[in-house]
Order: sequence, then C-alpha cells, then structure tokens
Amino acid sequence: MEEKKVMIQLKNVVKFFGRHKVVKSINLDIYEGEFLTLLGPSGCGKTTTLRMIAGFEEATEGEIYLDDVNMEGKPPYARDVNTVFQNYALFPHMNVYDNIAFGLVEKKLPRAEIREKVLNALEMVQLEGFEKRKPSQMSGGQKQRVAIARALVNNPKVLLLDEPLGALDLKLRKQMQSELKHLQQKLGITFLYVTHDQEEALTMSDRIAIMNQGRIEQLGTAQDIYEHPVSKFVADFIGESNILEGYVTKTDDATISVRFEFGQLDGIAASEFVDEEMIYVSVRPEHVKYSQKPVKDFHLQGIIKEYIYAGSSIRMIAELPNSQEIILLCHPQDTLPATGTDIYLYWNPDKAVLLHTNEDKLYDLIEDAVLK
Amino acid sequence: MNTRRQKRYQKNTIPILSMVGPTGLWLLLFLAFPMVYVLAISVMTKSYYHGVEWVFSLESYKSLFQSRYLKITWDSLVLALKTSIICLVAAYPFAYILSKMRPAVKGFCLLLVMLPFWINGLIRLDGWANIIRDSGIINTFLLHIGIISKPLRMFKTDGAVLFGMVYTFLPFMILPLQTSISKIDPSLIEASRDLGCNKFRTFVRVILPLSAPGIFSGIIQVFIPSLGAFYISDIMGSNRLLLGNLIKNLFMSEKNWPAGAALSVLLIAFTLAALKLYSKIGSMDDLA
Repeated sequence: MEEKKVMIQLKNVVKFFGRHKVVKSINLDIYEGEFLTLLGPSGCGKTTTLRMIAGFEEATEGEIYLDDVNMEGKPPYARDVNTVFQNYALFPHMNVYDNIAFGLVEKKLPRAEIREKVLNALEMVQLEGFEKRKPSQMSGGQKQRVAIARALVNNPKVLLLDEPLGALDLKLRKQMQSELKHLQQKLGITFLYVTHDQEEALTMSDRIAIMNQGRIEQLGTAQDIYEHPVSKFVADFIGESNILEGYVTKTDDATISVRFEFGQLDGIAASEFVDEEMIYVSVRPEHVKYSQKPVKDFHLQGIIKEYIYAGSSIRMIAELPNSQEIILLCHPQDTLPATGTDIYLYWNPDKAVLLHTNEDKLYDLIEDAVLK
Repeated sequence: MNTRRQKRYQKNTIPILSMVGPTGLWLLLFLAFPMVYVLAISVMTKSYYHGVEWVFSLESYKSLFQSRYLKITWDSLVLALKTSIICLVAAYPFAYILSKMRPAVKGFCLLLVMLPFWINGLIRLDGWANIIRDSGIINTFLLHIGIISKPLRMFKTDGAVLFGMVYTFLPFMILPLQTSISKIDPSLIEASRDLGCNKFRTFVRVILPLSAPGIFSGIIQVFIPSLGAFYISDIMGSNRLLLGNLIKNLFMSEKNWPAGAALSVLLIAFTLAALKLYSKIGSMDDLA
C-alpha cells in the first residue's frame, strides 16, 4: 500500500491570471493506477490545475512532475498525458477513425498497427462500425466515447478528464460514470478527473481532492470525506450537513460543552479545543434524531416546521428558536408527530463532527485584499 | 377543395406581393432584363453603324474562337488565378493574426481593411500611378539619391496590373478567411497539441483544413471580379488586353455588339461554373 508509485506530483504549484491568484500553492501526489477527482465549485481552480498538468497553462510558481520528470517548459505534445475535453473537441473535418488515429498518425506508426489500435479502441468504447461517421452525425454520448477512445489509444501515463460528462443528460451520465470507472479499472491507467458534481466524484473516485478558492481543502477517500469533513466548506459541499455555530466551554481536559445561541451540548469528548473558541458542529441529516422528551446532554429544542416527501424517505425540517433549520431523515413508515409539535433533537456523539472555524479564510481575505 | 385553395391564395397574395414585390421588380428590371438583353444581342447580327441588326446569327460565338480572343481569354484566366493565389498567400497570415486579436483591436483592424473601399477605386489606383510612374515619387526619390540613373519601369507593365489587382481585391480574401479562422474552436487546437502535434503540424492538420471554406470563398470572391475588371489594366497596364477591356472595346470602339455580348455571356458562364464548383466543395462535407 505504501509502496505505490507516484505518477504525478504537484509541488507548491501557484497560478496567477494577471493579478488574480487562481491556484494557491497546491501540493498533491497522484499514484499510478489511481482514479483521483478534483472536486469543487466553479472558479475553485480545478480546471486550471488540470490544464497546467496537460501543459495548456504554465504554472507561475512550483513544479509539476510526471513520472519523476519535471514538466516545466514542456509543451503539451511533449507530455505523456492525454485530455478528454468537456465539449469533446472532436475534429469536425475528420471521421471517427481519423479522429482516433490522430495521435498515432503523428507518432508515424505503421498503418496496419494504427488500424489495429483504432479498431481495438472503438471496441473498448462499444462503437464498432462507427469508423466512417462524422462527429456531426453522432449524439453527445457517442462523441464523448470517441473523445475517450482518441485519448486512450495513445496509452498515456495519465488520462486527464475535464468535466467530460457535463453536457450529457442525467441517465446517460450515470451510465457513462460506471463505464468510465470500469474502463479505468480494466486498463489500470491513472485518471485525473475534474468535476463540480459531488455525486459523480463520490461514485467514481479512489480519492477525492476537494478544492476551494485555489486550495485543496481535503484529500481522501469518498467515505473519509463524507464522514470526517475537515472544514465547514467540505461538510457543506459534500452531501448535506446541519451546521451549528457555537462556543466551547471546557469541562475538564477531555470533555467540553458547546454553547449555541439557543441550546447547549454537554459532555462531548474532545481535547483539541480551547475555552471560548468558536467552532462548528456538523451533523448529517440521517444521524439527527428527535424525541418528545428531554435527552441527557442535549439541550436543543425546536418545533417541527414541515415535512418534505422524497420517495424513499421523508425529510423533517425542524426549526430552532433562532429560526435556524435542522434537517432530519425519517422513514415513511414511521408515525410522525404533527407539524408544530415541540421536539428535542439529539444524535450519537460519534456521528457529529467538530470543526475549527477556519482561520485560513481570514488570511485568504487579507491576501486577496493586498493583491487587489 | 379548389375554392379553399383559391381563397388561401387570394388571402396571401397581397402580403406576399407587398414584401417580395419591390425586390422582385428591382431584380427583374436591373438583373434579369439586362441579362436577357445581353443574351439576345449575342445571337444577333453585327451592325456596321450602331447597335445590332435584329437578325438571328451565331456568327458572334464563332468569332470567339479567333486566336486573338482565345489568347486574351487565356491571359485573363491566368492573371485572375495569379491574383487569387497571391491574395491568398498574402491574406492568410494577416487573417490568422486578426482572428487571434482581442475583439476591440480586431474590429479596428478590420475597419482599416475596409476603409479604402470608401474611396473610389479609380482614384486609389491613380494614387498608385503617381507613386510608381516614371516621374513618380519612388523614381524621383531613387534618382535624387543616385541609386539609379534612369527611371525604373514599373508603371504600365504587367507587374503593375497584377499589383493593382492584388491591391484592389485583397480585402475580399481577408474577410472570409478571417471569419473562417475565427470560427475554429480553440479547444480543437488544444486537442491537436495534446495529441502530439507541434504548432506547425497543428496548422497543417487542423487549422488549414478547417479554414478551407474561407479559402474557397476568398478565391471565388477574388477570382470572379478580377476576371472581368478592366479599369485596373486600363490605368496600370501596357497595351495588353484582358477580357474586361476587350468587351469594353467591342462595344465602344469596334461597334461589334454581338461579339461583346457573346464574350460577356462567356464570362457569366465562367462565374456560374466557379460558383457551382464552390457550392459543390462546400456541400461535400460539413466543414462550417
């Protein structure tokens, strides 16, 4: 496990566009054969990071290593990576065969070898018999398969995918997600995938790097990130979270209380917080429970505001006295109290995540202000 | 059924006529009628004084096969082809650079390309004549500083005609090329570089083929007018006749209207053939 080979290494990579710092010192190791996703909202720097690895953008500072070779100053055609573009970028003047053969022709491979490779690639993406089609005669899903085949046929060390499924409809997207994942497992090629769709990232990736404002906020497996988000941003961005803001009161070295505007939690086992520190308590909707009687250590009282039916589950919206809403997932079979009922909220303390309020944000703001 | 169709016909007649009518009338009066008139004259008999005698004859078409006419036609075709090729080679880099500019700068540069059109072509060519004639600016300057001892012969040469043609028709090449190159999706160029092509190979394999519609359109737009242009060789040229001059002479000085009309018909036929070729190439694959 520890002996995995690093395929791409980013060292303190920084990118400026004009005076705007889009990527702020990224460090990232991507292992051979791994499916790694850069996930973040638009403008977080994920696509720029991908484009720097592809060679379309030059890093302002820092180094990018591909298979231990520094890529500085190397143009895209001298890098052993290939890209699948969001808008497919198929050559409209060429048919499917010539599109896929494009890179092989440039390598001056013998004609028979090119033919064999192209036909294999077409089979791989299940487009046998489409050789003579023009891109304009194909659907979005088919075009994206051609784009994937065109990149993979060159047997790159890393395949870079820039929101490749963004333009497809939901059903096709789901299908392509699982096909891509299976393809990656079969070929064992390193995939670096960029998306803003958290569900896509969770279902496909071996590891996910959550990016926000030009930084990687958290790097880990889908489960890691979902269950142990390290910041409010991650807790909020991945899945749904109820986030409460409060102040710490230390009871003793190992336990704290958290005081909210309305309510309080007692007896939480945590040692890394100091007195009067402001923290976030983040709980997933599926972990929040309710009772009509007070619960030990939980002093959180609210009323049931409404129910939202969502098929396999019912979402209960409870409102705290400061009108903050807390979301709970309930089973449709349960007998649910009427709206307006007073309830007490609680959860298994292990399922809640306590987060430092991020001081880095402040530094970011200062830095941005200074740069402007 | 019949009455219903009739009703609909009546209902639509006035709106359609009011919209299409004026344009239709214009085209009929100033395009269709003159064309038919030229075609009619070309199959009549030559009159020795003025106009034609309205007696059917194919004499004018036979006369086109005189070696004099054939040579002039050939010269004109060659010159038009040369003009197109020089325009293409000169315009491509310029159009390419234009298409990479920021929109504001590009707009300004396009304006500079268009600006000379606001001045009459004859005046502009006269300007050039003043620059390149024996006693013109260039020769005066070179004589003055002693590089040459007698004026360079530039004016009234075939070279001057070619120069005048290229100068006049260059914008017709730049504009379609620029449009065509601007339309190329930048991600296609990135894809090409990603798949192993350097800048030159990307140009050959992606940019050039994708700008083909602009190349064809530019060649047509330069070739056709340069085939019929007569004033350029009148001003800049020696005594060599081109198709345009010949037609002018046949009507004006030789008073051989049927021959002039027959040559005009030939020119129109060339033009239609070129347009047909263009639309065929254009529809061969969906490049645009």
